[in-house]
Amino acid sequence: MSEAGALAVELSGITKRFPGVVANYNVSLRVRPGTIHAVVGENGAGKSTLMKTLYGMHQPDEGSIAVNGRGITFKSPTDAIAAGIGMVHQHFKLADNLSILENIILGNEPVGRRGRIDSEAAKTRLTELAASLGVSFDVDDLVGTLGVGERQRVEILKVLYRGAQILILDEPTAVLVPQEVEELFATLKRLVAEGRTVIFISHKLDEVLRYCDEITVMRQGTTVATTTPSQVDRRGLAELMVGSDLPDPSGRETPIGSEVVLAVSDLSVAGAAAGAKLALEDISLSVRLGEIVGVAGVEGNGQFELCEAILGLMPLESGRVEIAGRDLTGVETRERITSGLSYIPFDRHREGLLLDAPLWENTMLGREDEPTLTSGPFIGRRKAEADAREIIRRFGVRTPSEQVPAFALSGGNQQKLVVGREMATNPMILLAAHPTRGVDVGAQAAIWEELRHARDHGLGVLLISADLEELIGLSDRIVVMFDGRVTAELDPRRATPELLGTYMTGEIQDREAAR
Amino acid sequence: MTATLQPTSAPRSLAWKNLSPLRRASILWLGGLLIFSIVRIIADADDITSSGTISSTLRVATPILLAGLAGLWAERAGIVNIGIEGMMIIGSWCGGYGAWKWGSWGGITLALVGGMLVGLLHALATVRFNVDHVVSGIAINTLAAGSTEYLSIIFFKGQKGGGESQSPPGKGGYGEFDMPFLAGGRIGNWKSPDILKWIEDKHDIPLIPDMAGFIRGLVSDVYLPTILAIAIIPLSVYVLWRTRWGLRLRSSGESPQAGESLGVAINRLRYQAMAISGALAAFGGAYLSCVFTSTYRQGQTGGQGFIGLATTIFGNWQPWGVFRGSLLFGFPTALKFRDERNVPALLLVAAVALVIVAAVMVLRRRSVIVTSCLAAAVCLVIAYNVVDKVPSEFVAATPYIVTVIVLAGARQQLRPPAHAGLPYRPGESH
Amino acid sequence: MKNPRLQRAMVTAASSVLAVFVALAISAIILLITGKDPVKAYSTLFGAAGESRVLQGMANRATPLMISAAAVAIGFKMNLFNIGVEGQMRVALLTTAVVGAAVDLPPVLHVAFCLVVAMTAGALWAGIAGWLKVKRNVNEVISTIMLNFIALSLVAWAFDDFFRVESPTESLLVKTKELPTSAWFPDLVDRRLNGMFIVAILLLILFWVVVWKTKFGFRLRASGGNSGAARATGVNPKKMILISMLLSGAIAGLVGMRALLGDVHAYQNNLAEQQGFNGIAVALLGRNHPLGIFFSALLFGFLGEASGKLQLEDIPKEITTIMSGIIVLAVVIINEAVKRWDNRRIQRKATAEIEAEVKS
Repeated sequence: MSEAGALAVELSGITKRFPGVVANYNVSLRVRPGTIHAVVGENGAGKSTLMKTLYGMHQPDEGSIAVNGRGITFKSPTDAIAAGIGMVHQHFKLADNLSILENIILGNEPVGRRGRIDSEAAKTRLTELAASLGVSFDVDDLVGTLGVGERQRVEILKVLYRGAQILILDEPTAVLVPQEVEELFATLKRLVAEGRTVIFISHKLDEVLRYCDEITVMRQGTTVATTTPSQVDRRGLAELMVGSDLPDPSGRETPIGSEVVLAVSDLSVAGAAAGAKLALEDISLSVRLGEIVGVAGVEGNGQFELCEAILGLMPLESGRVEIAGRDLTGVETRERITSGLSYIPFDRHREGLLLDAPLWENTMLGREDEPTLTSGPFIGRRKAEADAREIIRRFGVRTPSEQVPAFALSGGNQQKLVVGREMATNPMILLAAHPTRGVDVGAQAAIWEELRHARDHGLGVLLISADLEELIGLSDRIVVMFDGRVTAELDPRRATPELLGTYMTGEIQDREAAR
Repeated sequence: MTATLQPTSAPRSLAWKNLSPLRRASILWLGGLLIFSIVRIIADADDITSSGTISSTLRVATPILLAGLAGLWAERAGIVNIGIEGMMIIGSWCGGYGAWKWGSWGGITLALVGGMLVGLLHALATVRFNVDHVVSGIAINTLAAGSTEYLSIIFFKGQKGGGESQSPPGKGGYGEFDMPFLAGGRIGNWKSPDILKWIEDKHDIPLIPDMAGFIRGLVSDVYLPTILAIAIIPLSVYVLWRTRWGLRLRSSGESPQAGESLGVAINRLRYQAMAISGALAAFGGAYLSCVFTSTYRQGQTGGQGFIGLATTIFGNWQPWGVFRGSLLFGFPTALKFRDERNVPALLLVAAVALVIVAAVMVLRRRSVIVTSCLAAAVCLVIAYNVVDKVPSEFVAATPYIVTVIVLAGARQQLRPPAHAGLPYRPGESH
Repeated sequence: MKNPRLQRAMVTAASSVLAVFVALAISAIILLITGKDPVKAYSTLFGAAGESRVLQGMANRATPLMISAAAVAIGFKMNLFNIGVEGQMRVALLTTAVVGAAVDLPPVLHVAFCLVVAMTAGALWAGIAGWLKVKRNVNEVISTIMLNFIALSLVAWAFDDFFRVESPTESLLVKTKELPTSAWFPDLVDRRLNGMFIVAILLLILFWVVVWKTKFGFRLRASGGNSGAARATGVNPKKMILISMLLSGAIAGLVGMRALLGDVHAYQNNLAEQQGFNGIAVALLGRNHPLGIFFSALLFGFLGEASGKLQLEDIPKEITTIMSGIIVLAVVIINEAVKRWDNRRIQRKATAEIEAEVKS
């Protein structure tokens, strides 16, 4: 029960530190009851950490939480749930082989005699709840048969079933198509009309401006502004998110070559599930000798599939990939790599490193056919170790020796090793996905210097990044990807935060500029 | 399955899907019996539907059923149990020892306790220490074999009727009975007339004697432990699908992350499930040494633990499916015990079954399956005409071959618990 | 950090040694509570280590164990669990016995021919499971277990119906047609230790060279260590799985060769039983490394050979089987715990050394 005028949620002075980084600093969040309140910011701005604090998944180092006017501390999500807070995670926690009903009531089952589940009571309650949301389910259907939007509604029902009055949704629209987004917000509006409160985390400015009542903007771990859609427009919001100072594009002295080292023409790649829309649709882009082409875009808009297609790991529905004029259709991945293609992967743990293996084996990954590292069918251990030491030195990887297993290194040093390895082969074209993710400022600058140096000597780079400083600072051209298509091409010197933000969220789809 | 309301004048839909499970089972039963009946007459193989075979099938199938249920209970909670064979071995030893010392039910009780303990050991290794499920299962099989050999020497050697590798005979019976009138059972001291046997023996008539034989097989030579084992099936269905504890157990095997985020005690449930799994497997083993025979013998289980594993898969991790699988796998062996000459008739039955499957698949336009079924059917008919007896090794291998075919061919239909066998550490985020 | 690899190796070896001691301790308790004297048991058992006959027998028994463990270990390198060594071995045994007896070749060539036949047969049988995994995504644990039993039936049937030859003198021992002497593998110590022991050691050395020293071995280990990373660098995971199963099966085919070529010279029904599962135990204790496998095989071989002495002291020799089972469980539990502890230690050490460097 809230006292009249009390805020549904009030976070004051929240600070949360992790080893080596301050995730939240002096954050304040004031959410009025009966509103849809958005928390926006770039990747890494600290939004998720803040919500985890609110949901009791960890405790803040400083600051206080008040729910419905009363101060409270949460030791675990159970406490938060008891206080009426429910969280819908970005990655759903559902069991595919169990029914909707079973997934929702799990852990809170209504029981009759001798532990028998009273499914009638549960069904009645759920049907009511679902109706109030404006959705209808056959609650006996298996969750595995549901589409993404429907699964999300099941997750929402899960928290409502437990009496949540305040719902936190973490990037709810990241996985939805536009139609499902509309349905979601219709659902949220109904909830709010009944007196509940919704907090949702997002970086999609158009949705935020269209659907929510209030907006809190976070940047670099702290809150920078609280505003409403009537008080701010897209440009303003983007500026708040990104800061009005954009890095200067640094100049270059060497010219860009005329030869095209990577050409992607009319590339289409099928979507993940049968019948889903294409992951990539008619993509065309090119990278010339000594050119860095930046790819801007929110993660999940086809950048990963683009890399996989260029590497030859994913089949193409149509289109062509050429390296230095050579059509790669039908060419095996390993051969593409040996003919001058390198790849800094999106996730170094999943695709970049052998964690239990020593560093010198990691630097050999993908390169064990190189004559400099081998003698005949055998690995040249001495050569590989020397090669590893050189990479370690050149890229400043902090490690006692090349014999150390990769898991012992910090994330930043692991990333440096991966970057070093991929550049050690003197490739012609480098696909770099978030090359400085998790790397400290000093090392970041060093990697950028290496990239520029290589670029000056002819390396072509396709740079995929969400770090605007990196994109604008390094790229000669920036293309924007949204929804599997290239939607814009920009000159870094003329990019503004608004322009970038709106392209990235699909607002303006400038087909002409995309060519 | 709710019936839709129809206007009274419209005819009731006869689609297969609209029939209740009971009706479907009845039709399948009658249809199957008809096929068997026809083959019986053609092949002059009276035993394929005789009451002796049917009741023998139940006895052969029971250990397999219990082993299959053991696999089911473990995997539903998320633990793969390769050690079912080992738990059966322990159970058979305990059964032999217990029956010898304390009489009929003592053996089974001791086996249940022993099986529970071994099951908990497997849970300890896999849940607490995150040992690979398969490795732990293999270790348990080795341990069980070694321990029972060792303990046999300690306890049975030098005992009357026993020896280094077998126990002295167990005492006491299990309340076996024949039903009065239907199967000529006794009421007091009077032996009632055996009506069904009389019908069954009329070999020239199709179908009716087979039905009589089938029913008589269910009610003659009945052992109480068999009934108990079969009763566990509906009990499992009820507990796993209708109770709160059962739902949480199943969620542990489907998505421990989901359960954990909702406060389900995954680890504790897994221990409980493994205790049950171990007890069931041991019950199966004890059945072998107490009911099926009356002594423990080394090597008695003969791989039935692994057939049980196959049955879990074949039954699609459903209790009634496991039952069907155990009957299917047990029937040829039971028939072979009764009269080996009847076994080739099963080739004809299989051929007919394949033709029916092909007919159904024609409707669904699965041409590859249709041709391969028909080709296989032809081969079986030829084989029937050529051989006098089916080699016993072939009969023994049938459950395994069938399982491989099911695994390779019916991937879509199989629905194992999603998280079975995968490592799980509490607190891991998705 | 002087040499993390060496330190890691010592820690791994230590966990195996610890597992053996745990097994000895628990077995001692079992002996005690069943009224047997553990001191007497162990002194008899380990006292036998002085006798050369026992040592030769140990090496002889260790031969198939080494090969079996190598077969399992190759699978493990690719995260594949080949439980089907038993079946692959059996198929290879019958095939080699029959084919080997049907040809006539000069001595060395004949033996080589037999070995090749054995490897091919084993590889083919394992290939079924490999194909099922790659094409139909059938879990190799289940398929190899099923194939073991199918092999059992198939080989028994083929032997019984087609290949058995009644011996005129020893009617109890039914075998296939005996291999000509050109296919007999010579003994090192007459009737005690067969030369296949050397072959087994050579195999382990070859295993070590291929897996750790060649490009192929690197790709194998990379695929097993992180299939995503291997895939991103162009190693085809499905091809690797198939090759791994074929290799594993080929090695498995050799398991029974000591008994066939060096001892009985024909196939009979109880040849080389249980070697499949014991091979898994040896591979686990030896942590899938050739050196570890070598010592573990010797240990298991010793236990098997020396256990005969226990009979004389009225102690059931099956206590050694119990020991094997406990060793398997203990080694995986201890290894898991130790690995976690050691990982943390290495991480802390690396961080400390880096910080020390920075400060200086």
